[in-house]
Formats: sequence, structure tokens, C-alpha cells
Amino acid sequence: MTYLHNIGAYFLMIVEMFRKPTKWSVMKQLILKDIDDLIIGSLGIVAFIAFFVGGVVTIQTALNIDNPLIPKYLVGFATRQSIILEFAPTFISIVMAGKVGSFITSSIGTMRVTEQIDALEVMGINSLNYLVFPKFISLMLYPFVISIAMFLGILGGMAACVYGGFSSLDDYIVGIQMDFIPFHITYAFIKTFAFAFILATIPSFHGYYMKGGALEVGKASTTAFVWTSVVIILLNYLLTQMLLSA
Amino acid sequence: MIEVKDLQKSFGEAHILKGITTTFEKGKTNLIIGQSGSGKTVFLKCLLGLFDYEEGSIAYDGHIFSKLTEDEKRNMRAKIGMVFQGSALFDSMTIAENVMFPLQMFTKQSKSEMQDRVDFVLKRVNLPDAHNKMPSEASGGMQKRVAIARAIVNKPRYLFCDEPNSGLDPKTAIVIDNLIKEITEEYQITTVINSHDMNSVMEIGEKIVFLKDGLKAWEGSKETIFRTDNEVVTDFVYSSNLFKKVRKMYLEENS
Ligand SMILES: Nc1ncnc2c1ncn2[C@@H]1O[C@H](COP(=O)(O)OP(=O)(O)OP(=O)(O)O)[C@@H](O)[C@H]1O
Ligand SMILES: [Mg+2]
Repeated sequence: MTYLHNIGAYFLMIVEMFRKPTKWSVMKQLILKDIDDLIIGSLGIVAFIAFFVGGVVTIQTALNIDNPLIPKYLVGFATRQSIILEFAPTFISIVMAGKVGSFITSSIGTMRVTEQIDALEVMGINSLNYLVFPKFISLMLYPFVISIAMFLGILGGMAACVYGGFSSLDDYIVGIQMDFIPFHITYAFIKTFAFAFILATIPSFHGYYMKGGALEVGKASTTAFVWTSVVIILLNYLLTQMLLSA
Repeated sequence: MIEVKDLQKSFGEAHILKGITTTFEKGKTNLIIGQSGSGKTVFLKCLLGLFDYEEGSIAYDGHIFSKLTEDEKRNMRAKIGMVFQGSALFDSMTIAENVMFPLQMFTKQSKSEMQDRVDFVLKRVNLPDAHNKMPSEASGGMQKRVAIARAIVNKPRYLFCDEPNSGLDPKTAIVIDNLIKEITEEYQITTVINSHDMNSVMEIGEKIVFLKDGLKAWEGSKETIFRTDNEVVTDFVYSSNLFKKVRKMYLEENS
């Protein structure tokens, strides 16, 4: 019952978020601030993870195909496929559910417990639009983060491959260009947009509707991380089924 | 003017407000007093529409609040100033930005007009040079005063203060009380103040509503509170020896 209630409340929150918009001059500032916090602030960790995990993906692939009959360029090919299809959009989104998600839940949750949200409401401001809408808009730049992750993942793979002596640079470059299907990029970015929406709204929901004090803010962040990850993984499954297996 | 009729509010099993009827007049400082936990904050939050209530009605200058549409409610609230018990300053903004916020949201004033107004109200709450501090860098009493500045900056029609001078030293507390009274008279605001500070009661209590166990136990003014022999009230108000003496002297002088 409470699940149903929460799902209903979540969709009502999304509708409410678009009503009675905040003055543009104020909203603009909020969006810029959220771009700084959520997007720019995540680039470092995303770049770091993408580069090294890209390297590990390549090493694992190379070590697992030591049959001399399999051409060396398959290492590059396999790396590209796993990074573009799954690692960058999905794995990075789970990392972001931890980083960006807990930031969103705790900052909105703190505003709830210190009555700052009540203060906004009392002034006649649509607090959902004021708080959640700018996060939603700034996360529309999330595909930009994922593109960087894709690029650096493949670059990290290349570095690991060449310096580890698993194949030559030429083989790797041939590999990453082989049998390229443009729709895979479309598929990856459709997923990315869906995940961006989830990353903006589920943590906001948990922060906005929390009750209690500082302790509960921490608990809400954990719950938000769990639910954001679960929904991302389920959505990943559904979208892959729908888009790739048709 | 705000008219409250038979207001009832529960949290689950706990019946907090058990039917309160009263009116708060324009241009007067209305005080709600009562022990800690008597439901003052809950009452104020019901008035503001932050809490739903089961029974009763609240009318702002004749408009019954619960019958307004969401948009009408928001427009009504733009005319409300509120000082929360815990100040509720926006901690991502400086003090000046906090005070300027209602102006930015609801007026079309130019940047310099807004800044002048912010300077003016910050001076009035005795904080002439705290503009660039963050709320976390201000003391509790400073935060209270910033909250008051933010509540009055856009000249509200209704002003609600939840213990505006708790945590302030006696001198600042009186300055704040008188400030609220002046603003109330000057702009003909309907002001409702929660308090358990007896100084405020004696200074500015033009109308006093005493809450006990979720009911209105007594209603009067700073003049009549000296003369009442309602034991529940005298027990609470004159619990300190100092106020017992003050009362005795007042009654001797005015008999
Ligand atoms: N959100 C809530 N959920 C459940 N019970 C609440 C809630 N808010 C207040 N109460 C209960 O309502 C009662 C009245 O609380 P309220 O905060 O109105 O007291 P108060 O008169 O403002 O006290 P104080 O002078 O200490 O601020 C208390 O028993 C409190 O436990
Ligand atoms: Mg209170």
C-alpha cells in the first residue's frame, strides 16, 4: 500500500514541479548553480573512474582471449562495445546516484527539517518548482558527462592495451572502428536521458517528503540511493529489451 | 483581520487543537501565549495553511483560506511575512540575499531600489553591517533578526512570528518587540505573535490569547491580564516572584 502511495505521490510531484514557474531571473541563477554542483562538480570523479575502468575492461578482455586464432583488434572492438553500451551510461549512472543523488537528497532534506521549504511555501513560492526543476534542467546536460566518460573509457583502454603490451596501437584503433552501428549511440543516449530524469527526481522526492531531523536526512539519502539504483537498473533492462532486441 | 472558528487539529491519535475560536484585528499586535507544547506553533502553522486541519475555518479579511484555489492561496501568501521559531534562513544565501529574496520574487524593483530597502530593514533590526555573512556565521539572535527583516521587507499585510525574541538579550528583545508593534501600526498589518516571554506580553500585548491543553483558556489584553483572577492564567503568567510583585504594584497603583 505505501509503495503504491509513494509511486502516486512521486508522479504528482513531477506534475507539480512544472506548475507555477519561478521568475526566470531567479530560476536562471538556480540552474547555473545546479549545473555547477551537479555537472561540473562530477566531471573529476567520472573522468577518473571512466579512464581506469576502461583500462581494466581492456585488460580483462585481452587476458580472456589468448587464443592465437582470434585477431588482436577484437580487444578494441570489445572494449568499445562494453563502454558505449553499458559501462558509460549505466555504471556511471550508478556512481552518480551515489554522488549527485545523495547530494540532492541531503540538501533538500536539510531544507525540509530546518523549515526552509515551509518558508518558501509561506511566501507563496512553488517550492517543488523552485527546488527540483533547476536540478532537472541541469541534468539535461548529463549526456555531456556520459560522452566524456565514453571517450575517456576508450582512451583508458587504449593506454592499458598499448602499455600493457596486449595489442598494438594500430590494432586497437582498427578495433574501435570496426562494425560501428550508429544506433548504439542513439540507444546509449536515450538511456542517458532517462537516467538523468531519474537522477534528478527520485533523490528530490526522498528529500522533499522526508520527515524528522538530521538523522532522518542521512537515512533518506541511503534510501534514495537504493531506489535510484534499482530504478536505473530496471529501466536499463526494459529499454535494452525494447530498443536493441526488436 | 483574521477570524478563526472552531479550529481542530490532530496528529494521529494526539488531539492537539480542540476547537479554538478567536479573531485577530488589523493594526494590532495579537499574542498567543501558553506553555511549551501547548500547541502555539501548530496553531500558527494551521493559520498559514502549512498544516491541514480536520475541523473549523480560517478567514483572511473575509476570504476563507481553505476555499481558495492553489493559485489564490499562493497569491494570498505573497502578502504574508513569517518568522519561524528556528529562523529558517536559506543557508545557501548571504544575509543580504536572504532579506532581498522576497523582493526579487515578488516585485519588479531595480537592483539598487532593492538594495536600499534591504539596507533600511537591516538597519531597523539593528544589523547595519552583516550583509555579507552567511547565516551559519551569524549568532542565533542575529539569525532571528535577519528572519524578521526578511519577513517585513516586502511590507506584508499579515505578519506571523513564532517566538521572535527567544534567544535574544533583553534589550534587543524589547527593540524587536517595539519594532514589530511600530510596523504593525504603521502599515496596518494583522500581526500574530507566539510568545512565552512575559516582557513582551506586558509591552505589546494588545490582544492576548492564552492556550492550554488545546483550548483557548483565556483571552484579554495587557491591561486586563493584571486584573484577571482566572487561576490558570495567573498561575502561568505570574509564576515568577518578580511578576507577582509587578502585578501587586500595578493593582495598588491603579486601584
Ligand atoms: N509534526 C508533528 N507531528 C506530530 N506531533 C506534533 C507535530 N508538531 C507538533 N506536534 C505536537 O503538538 C504539540 C504542540 O506542539 P507545538 O510545537 O505547537 O508547541 P508550542 O506551543 O509551539 O511549544 P514551544 O513553546 O516549545 O514552541 C506537541 O505535543 C508536539 O509533540
Ligand atoms: Mg513553538
